Order: sequence, then structure tokens, then C-alpha cells
Amino acid sequence: MTLRTNLTHLVTEADHKKFTEENENVMICCGRMGPMCIPVYGVMEELESEYKHVKFADMAFDSPDAKVIRDLPECRGFAGLPFTVYYKNGKVVKATSSIQSHEEITEILDSNFGK
Amino acid sequence: MSPHFDVIVIGGGPAGLTAGIYLSRAKVSTLVLDTGIVGGQMVLTHEIANYPGVEHISGYELARTMKMQAQSFGCKIRSNIKITDVQLEGEIKSVEVNGKESFTAPAVIVATGGRSRLLGATGEVEFKGKGISYCATCDGDFFQDKEIIVVGGGNSALEEAVALTKYASKVTVVHQFDHFQALEHYVEEAKKNEKIDFIMESTISAFHGDEKLRGVTIQHIPSGEKTEMKIDGVFIFIGYQPNTEWLNGQLELSHYNEIVVNKDMETSLPGVFAAGDSITKRFRQVTTAVADGTIAALVAAEYVNRLKKEVRSVEVA
Ligand SMILES: Cc1cc2nc3c(=O)[nH]c(=O)nc-3n(C[C@H](O)[C@H](O)[C@H](O)COP(=O)(O)OP(=O)(O)OC[C@H]3O[C@@H](n4cnc5c(N)ncnc54)[C@H](O)[C@@H]3O)c2cc1C
Repeated sequence: MTLRTNLTHLVTEADHKKFTEENENVMICCGRMGPMCIPVYGVMEELESEYKHVKFADMAFDSPDAKVIRDLPECRGFAGLPFTVYYKNGKVVKATSSIQSHEEITEILDSNFGK
Repeated sequence: MSPHFDVIVIGGGPAGLTAGIYLSRAKVSTLVLDTGIVGGQMVLTHEIANYPGVEHISGYELARTMKMQAQSFGCKIRSNIKITDVQLEGEIKSVEVNGKESFTAPAVIVATGGRSRLLGATGEVEFKGKGISYCATCDGDFFQDKEIIVVGGGNSALEEAVALTKYASKVTVVHQFDHFQALEHYVEEAKKNEKIDFIMESTISAFHGDEKLRGVTIQHIPSGEKTEMKIDGVFIFIGYQPNTEWLNGQLELSHYNEIVVNKDMETSLPGVFAAGDSITKRFRQVTTAVADGTIAALVAAEYVNRLKKEVRSVEVA
């Protein structure tokens, strides 16, 4: 199960583990092809060329393996798609729920991963 | 020197993209600028079933096709930018982007559309995505067997209140007036649904919770009386507001902050046109935005070509 985006798709828990462990700065958006999620994927696709020090990926919210994100303690209380999680050296540094603007996303990237 | 175009279109929803298609196809050099991803409110629409010629399509697909169509004619599109300065007076208009790049053109089409209105209550930003939602189709399933509130009294609010009863055990509609603005059909559907209750002449003045929303303060507007209510989720559908504050008073706006245009989509300034949901009009749909974008583009092309001809005849003389 993958999303129709131009981002790297993480399908299994193993993909997720490898991606977050092998890359220092990571942003993963876990959602559906819905109105609140698509704008976030759009921003990520654009930022890929600008933020070369960050790796971007998506994961389908309804895939069973996406529980690695759905069940994160940092996502407790979340009730709005997408769940977007930022990792540094494999550790969660920030998580957001629902749609985020270009400005909100770059602010998180800049403050956690540098410009 | 700043990169120069014949027309700069500000806003890349259906109105702006249509303008981009018509202008570029007529070999009028065009730049479309958008603060978000291109497609506008269309992208927020799961399915569009009233766009003639297409039985049904997701808003995302329709936006993508319009964008590709514009680009295929040579239209330049820049998304996720921030407009930091705009000068619409005078013969040459200029638009500064991200505080560092400037673009100029003799004509500008404003097509910045609108956005959902926020309630503005304490805690609204804090609990967005943690109990507060603006999209029933996106987030309805987080509220299976839970009690929720829908704020609003228009068509969207009542239609979504009914749709949300598929998930929620109880839906309370909170509305600021003693009557609904929605069409009778939506009101009837909501009233006959046993899971729906109504609190009229009231608003939410505050949201409370910890890691997620736990409750709200409801204020009765005529008396000012406040009551606390435990709740799992709140969906807000209180209408629309035009994206025109960035114009800083450069164009004439209506009482509702919509851009005033004539039938040719001309605004109060020569060379500045407007189209779509950001103008004064009654019906806001993709089809009407597309129609406005077409008119604005054709009139802007005429305007630009007339200016070019005038310059040429001065040079010959
Ligand atoms: C949930 C929902 C469902 C809908 N369903 C339907 C439907 O089924 N059928 C139908 O016909 N209509 C539907 N509509 C209405 C339709 O989407 C709008 O009428 C239409 O998108 C308006 O087009 P527009 O180009 O004028 O503005 P918008 O679509 O609002 O696009 C404006 C664009 O301008 C950009 N922008 C805003 N401010 C700036 C700025 N300062 N600088 C640069 N860019 C800026 C925005 O990012 C956006 O991309 C729906 C709307 C919503 C919200």
C-alpha cells in the first residue's frame, strides 16, 4: 500500500527502521490521499531539493505497518490527518497532527535540523 | 533587472490556473505565484462531481491536470512562495517574493481565493488536529462512538453534522443565531437525525484539554452565560473569508473584504484584474472561478497587447 506522491514510500516497519536509522535528519508524513494530507506532501516534494540535509518520506496511514507512527507516544492524542514526524538520529524530535503550512514545516525543519 | 512578464497571476487555484492556460496559449508570457501548493481549495475537495465534462474526479487530480495544461503552454508556475511586497499602482506592477526576488509586469490578475474561517476561540490553534478539525471526511473516523460538536449553521455545517453521525455516538450543533442559514433540505435532514442535538444562539469561547481536547466553554450569546461541556471532538464549519488582507488597501474591497470588479473583472486600478472566490459574487464554485479566470485573462491579454501597440506606434513616430 503506497501513496500517490513523488516522495520515498515507506511500506514496512523495516523500511521505517532503516530510513530513520540510516539518515540523520528525517521527516515522515503518514496520511491518506485526502485534503489535509495532500498539501503537506506537496510542501515536502518542493523542499526535497532545498533541504538536501533532510530525507523526506511518506507512509500510508491505513497500512498495518504504519502503527510504528500511529502508536508513537508523541502522537498520543492526535486526531487529525496527517501525522507528521521528525527524527534526528533515529529519535523523534517533533510530531504534528493535521495540515501544516510551508512556513510551519520550514520552521520545524530549521529549528531541529538547521538551515 | 527584475524578470519581466506580460501578466503576473497571484493565486494558483482554478481561477488563476485558467488564466494561466488562456494567457500562455495566447503567447502572453505569464507567471503564476502561489503561497501554497497549486490547486487552491480544489485540493481540499475529495470528489468534484459537478465539473461539466468530467463525471467525477478528485480535486487533486483536477488541479494537477489544470497545472500541467498551463505549463504545457509555457506558463511559469511558482508554488509555496511568500509574497513580501506588492506594488499595483502605476504602469509597471511589481511583486517581491520571499524578500529577495522581484517580478514585474504591466498587468496583474489577483486570484487568491478564500479560506475557511477560524472561530478565534482560546485554544483553537493548540488543539488543531488533537480534537479540533475542519474536515469531516479526513478526520471523522477518529471519533468512532465519541461525542462531538459541529460549529456552524450553513449548508456545510449541517451536511457534515449528518455525515459525522456515521461515526459519532452524538453530535451537538452549536450555532450563533436562532435560525439556520442552510437550505431547508439540510436543516430537515439534521433535525430528523436522532443523534443530532442543537444549541442555538451560542458559540464556543474556549477549548480545554491536555494532550488532547477534553472539553469546551459554550457561551450563550444573548445572556453571556457560560457552561462547560465535556467533548471529544469539535468540527468547525463557519464559512469562508477571502484572501485579500495582503493587498493592504491597494484595491477597492467590499464590506466583506472581497475585491470589487466590473463584468470584465477589472478592479479599481488600471491593469489589475481579479477572478474567482476573492471577488464580490454570489456563487463560489470551480466552474464560476474558471469562468472568471477566462474573462480576466482575455481582458488582461487585450490590455497588454494594447499597451504594446501603443509603445510600438510611439517608437515608429
Ligand atoms: C471542502 C470544499 C469542497 C468544495 N467542493 C466543491 C465542488 O464539489 N464543486 C465546486 O465547483 N466547488 C467546490 N468548492 C468550491 C471551489 O473549490 C472554489 O470555489 C474554487 O476553488 C475557487 O477557486 P479560486 O481559484 O478562486 O480560489 P482558491 O481555490 O481558493 O485558490 C486560491 C489560491 O491562491 C493562493 N493564495 C492565497 N493567498 C495568496 C497570496 N497572498 N499570494 C499568492 N497566492 C495566494 C492559495 O494558496 C490558493 O492556491 C469546494 C470548496 C471547499 C473548501
